[in-house]
Amino acid sequence: MSEGLSVHNANVSYGRRQIVHDLSLPTLPHGSLTALIGPNGAGKSTLLRAVAGLEKMHGVVRLDDLDLSAMSVAERARRVTYMPQNLPPGLSLSVMESVIAALRVTPVDGLPLSNDACLREAFEALQRIGITHLADQWLNTLSGGQRQLVSLAQLIARRPQVMLLDEPTSALDLNYQLKVMECVRGLVREHNLIAVVVLHDINLAARFADHIAVLRQGRLYASGAANEVLNPLLFAEVYRVRARIERCSEQSLQVLVDGAF
Amino acid sequence: MTTQTLDLASATHGYRRLLARRAWLLALLGMALVCAMLVDLASGPSGMGLLALLDGIAHPSHLSATDQVIIWNVRLPYALMAVLVGCALSLAGAEMQAILNNPLASPFTLGVSSAAALGASLVIVFPVTTLWVSANTAISISAFIFAAASVFLLQAMSRLRGTGVESLVLFGIALVFSCNAVVALLQLVATEDVLQQLVFWTLGSVTRANWDKLGILALVVAVVLPFSFAAAPRLTLLRMGEDRAQSFGVDVKRLRFFSLLRISLLSATAVAFVGTIGFIGLVGPHIARILVGEDQRFLLPASALTGALLLALSSIASKLIMPGMSVPVGIVTALVGVPIFVMLVFKRGRQL
Repeated sequence: MSEGLSVHNANVSYGRRQIVHDLSLPTLPHGSLTALIGPNGAGKSTLLRAVAGLEKMHGVVRLDDLDLSAMSVAERARRVTYMPQNLPPGLSLSVMESVIAALRVTPVDGLPLSNDACLREAFEALQRIGITHLADQWLNTLSGGQRQLVSLAQLIARRPQVMLLDEPTSALDLNYQLKVMECVRGLVREHNLIAVVVLHDINLAARFADHIAVLRQGRLYASGAANEVLNPLLFAEVYRVRARIERCSEQSLQVLVDGAF
Repeated sequence: MTTQTLDLASATHGYRRLLARRAWLLALLGMALVCAMLVDLASGPSGMGLLALLDGIAHPSHLSATDQVIIWNVRLPYALMAVLVGCALSLAGAEMQAILNNPLASPFTLGVSSAAALGASLVIVFPVTTLWVSANTAISISAFIFAAASVFLLQAMSRLRGTGVESLVLFGIALVFSCNAVVALLQLVATEDVLQQLVFWTLGSVTRANWDKLGILALVVAVVLPFSFAAAPRLTLLRMGEDRAQSFGVDVKRLRFFSLLRISLLSATAVAFVGTIGFIGLVGPHIARILVGEDQRFLLPASALTGALLLALSSIASKLIMPGMSVPVGIVTALVGVPIFVMLVFKRGRQL
């Protein structure tokens, strides 16, 4: 049995419209970060939601030798956590309170339910993302980007084995984009987790992901390491742009987009 | 924004202080409720003061037969009814706002009260006479059935594929209009005598209280309350987004089902006994939210207390507006509720 997260023959439809077509991903091993990229409407978020158990899906999702699709909501949540694109505005909860609420709502493996343990865990999550200064602030006074950081803190506080992140950097400034991705990659390496991240920023994906899966029209177009997958033909076919892939002085790949077709 | 980082001790301190403040606010609300209830007990056309009343309860032999009736059939049941109904409606409203993710949700705005009014009106216009049910009981039963059915309709709608919570709210509003239309039709065909009864029923009033009704409502509240509080952490997470809640292990469908069940019990029982009392279920949770925030572990009890307090205050006001008679409390809550409602709408408008 292969170790890691695997998706076989996933099919997801909204009503009559099929969004994801018979999609299989190569097994994503523990300790790896995978970026899902592709144009708008390619089915990235839908696939992620299906793996999280939020969409009705035909197909098989396995974590190691466990069939996730057969699990109850609570059981699945102990292993897999999903971070939606946004945390609703206008909630009068303090940041600390909201992270603790996320921690305590259902049992988390290896975490005692005592107040002190929860507080410490929540604080460590804030520290990890570098937002302890927000601990006593109210969610309804935060900016969209700050809420996104809190949202991530809620997720990592629960120490999932699999993190599914839907555009975790979409509202963040340059500094926090890097910080968040570094934090996610750090957690993945330290605790041997599996992370699947939907990203729009290809350069961010190229820089942090061990593995890139490219989706187009609900199908897997290509998958592999950044330098294998990213090439001008892909950008022409998938994104319909003229692009060059350059290796910059610091050895990371940079995608330069010259124009649209 | 300060970028000064906190250490664990000061973050813990901040969080603890927040919890302590909320616990204090709950205690204060409780004390305010007791005071309001005492004032409510002490006010009334007969002019019996609080001391005389407490003395009468402690030593029944000191009282005349009239005073006994005033205490046991009027003052106590009315005051207790106001508290229980306020508590039930406001708690139902708070849960409704949480599960429908809509600040305008309440038993009144989503048709539970209108459905109850329809149920009551039907029986008033077409009296059911059987040997073992009095006319008034039949009205309450019919109101309860219609009110509970309206929540179950909402429930059924939520199970349909492709209905989001927004469509549930719209459906509730549609229900208000349909029920009101049928009630209006009934009023049109009713005789003058019956019409008066119809109008009186739709104006909610605690003067319909008696000890049987109080017992039933108290039982419902006592049974529902623990379940409601137990669901509080899951409701808090639901407020942070359905997907988030689900992926953190909350079975959202199940949560919504049982929450609607609690809402239907609370609001249908309350409305069936006292008639339409609007705005408590809407305004109570909002005031509670301003006081203790969104954490449902505090918000639900605070809503229950705020609702009870508001209705107790309304009950006092209803006796003071026209000396010598008590205006139906439903009128008072609507009069006070409308300005608050408008304020909330405008406040929300600014946020968006």
